[in-house]
Amino acid sequence: MSQFLQFLFSGITVGATYALAALGFTLIYNASNVINFAQGEFIMLGGMLAFFFMQAGVPMPLAILLAIAIPALVGIALEKLAIEPARDAEVVTLIIITIGASLVIRGLIQLWLGKGAHSYPGFSGSEPIQLGGATLLPQSLWVLGITALVVVALWYFFSRTLAGKAILATSCNPLAAKLVGINTQWVLLVSFALSAALGAIGGVLLTPITLTSYDVGIMLGLKGFVAVVVGGLGSGLGAVVGGLLVGVIEAMAAGYISSAYKDAIPFILILFILFFMPRGIFGAKVTERV
Amino acid sequence: MNTLKRHYPLLILATVLLLLPLVLPNNYYYDIAIRMAINAIIVLGLNLLIGFAGQISLGHAGFVGIGAYASAILPTHFGWHPILAMAGGAAIASAIAAVVARPIFRLKGHYLAMATLGLGIITAIVIKNEAAYTGGPDGMAVAVLSLMGFEISGEKQWYWVLAALLLFSFWASRNLIDSPFGRALRALHGSEVASQVMGVDVARYKVAIFVLSAFFASLMGSVTAHYIGFVSPNIADFFHSIELMTMVVVGGMASIYGSLIGAVLLTALPQALSTFEGWETVAFGTILILCMIFMPKGLVPTLATRFGRDRQEDR
Repeated sequence: MSQFLQFLFSGITVGATYALAALGFTLIYNASNVINFAQGEFIMLGGMLAFFFMQAGVPMPLAILLAIAIPALVGIALEKLAIEPARDAEVVTLIIITIGASLVIRGLIQLWLGKGAHSYPGFSGSEPIQLGGATLLPQSLWVLGITALVVVALWYFFSRTLAGKAILATSCNPLAAKLVGINTQWVLLVSFALSAALGAIGGVLLTPITLTSYDVGIMLGLKGFVAVVVGGLGSGLGAVVGGLLVGVIEAMAAGYISSAYKDAIPFILILFILFFMPRGIFGAKVTERV
Repeated sequence: MNTLKRHYPLLILATVLLLLPLVLPNNYYYDIAIRMAINAIIVLGLNLLIGFAGQISLGHAGFVGIGAYASAILPTHFGWHPILAMAGGAAIASAIAAVVARPIFRLKGHYLAMATLGLGIITAIVIKNEAAYTGGPDGMAVAVLSLMGFEISGEKQWYWVLAALLLFSFWASRNLIDSPFGRALRALHGSEVASQVMGVDVARYKVAIFVLSAFFASLMGSVTAHYIGFVSPNIADFFHSIELMTMVVVGGMASIYGSLIGAVLLTALPQALSTFEGWETVAFGTILILCMIFMPKGLVPTLATRFGRDRQEDR
């Protein structure tokens, strides 16, 4: 039982990061129909920048703020410089553009901060908490708490504010949104900034637990994508549930079956889900018109 | 159109391949030419799937890896003849492609991308983990390829082998595209429903082209393994899949010449960029983005339209 709890804790912690990444994917997908394969690089950027600023002597809160704000700017730059000039391109073309962007981001960070793996202490010490025979790092509580806060804030933003509703309207029907006076250009920029910030928050939170280096982005991003597809493309609730589910299943399978195949598990899971539920768990039923 | 004119492109390619050794100064350039040919053959197959049939595969390096490791493992651990091992690898890759194709190709767009990506990553992870057979992350040595007592070794011999294979693939791809099979593929790219209504068995054609491209990828994986004499898990990883897909898209989707040009350019690019010490990744990414923004259809189709050549001629 205590073993089960232990796996559950670590699964939910990592799953929360996947959920944040998945929300980022969903935001951009809804606003622009682009699957942003550079999403994982924002997670990496968050962790690496936080490490860099803390090492440079910047106080922790400010370092964290910078490590979230800079990736948001990178997200805006990505939209402005790479996605916008290629609007209306085919799916494959857009996928390759975002892959190109992820190579650029990863390459620059590798040149600047090197290939080493880095970490920094947790926000409130690293004294493990005993709970039901399992141990829980205080940092895990930070991960879960802030993820929950972010989810609530996003829910509020999208259901209670004009800006959020403008984004929703644009994702439903860009032309109609434009006609009622929504600046869809602005919506795109906000979506990219927000989704980059979400990824970076995940990276900042997770780094004290799992270490970070210039190349962690690919796997984290791909697993975030798995989470999106598990939950169903375009669904915010699906992204959160998908992220937690992928995290927990990965941790359980790593613990009980084989830790060597930990990274393969989300992808085996996704193949099964796609074979039997081609639109994910929360995906809308779509009737194709010809 | 007379028959000779139809074979002009084939003759031109043959001439280029024949004359190329005259200008290749040393083994380093032979090596690059061989890698270009290997990639070109894989990309020809992949372009049939992506460009002509309109499907996505983000995991094709998985099949290359299966071929490479079949040629490494079967002779070393089980004493198979290398040719038999090569056929075995191709059979395994084709079988896997055939089994997963039906459920996978019910999917479209991003879901299809996810499924093929998953398939490739799982293959790469299995290769990395089964260290008892594959040598794990360190890779393993591959036996020399011998044909009827004659050993193929050295860049010069391999060059002629690859030149012959490339010529054959080029000829086969061109014929395939102009066959009823090729027309059916293009039809289902245009509109799946419309082609179904016209009597094209959509599912069967998608499975067939996926199996075919997996078969070619696996064979070339085997060839790569024997040529280099060593395999490592990198050959099956996500980045290699992306490289292959990029060759298709940069060269030009649904363009046979595009496949050749894409493979040649993107194989040469890292070599050309290696003088930038450390900036290769950044430069590679930037070039990808610029290519896709300014030539979303790929080099060959874009240039062909620019210079107003007849689209029908240009495949």
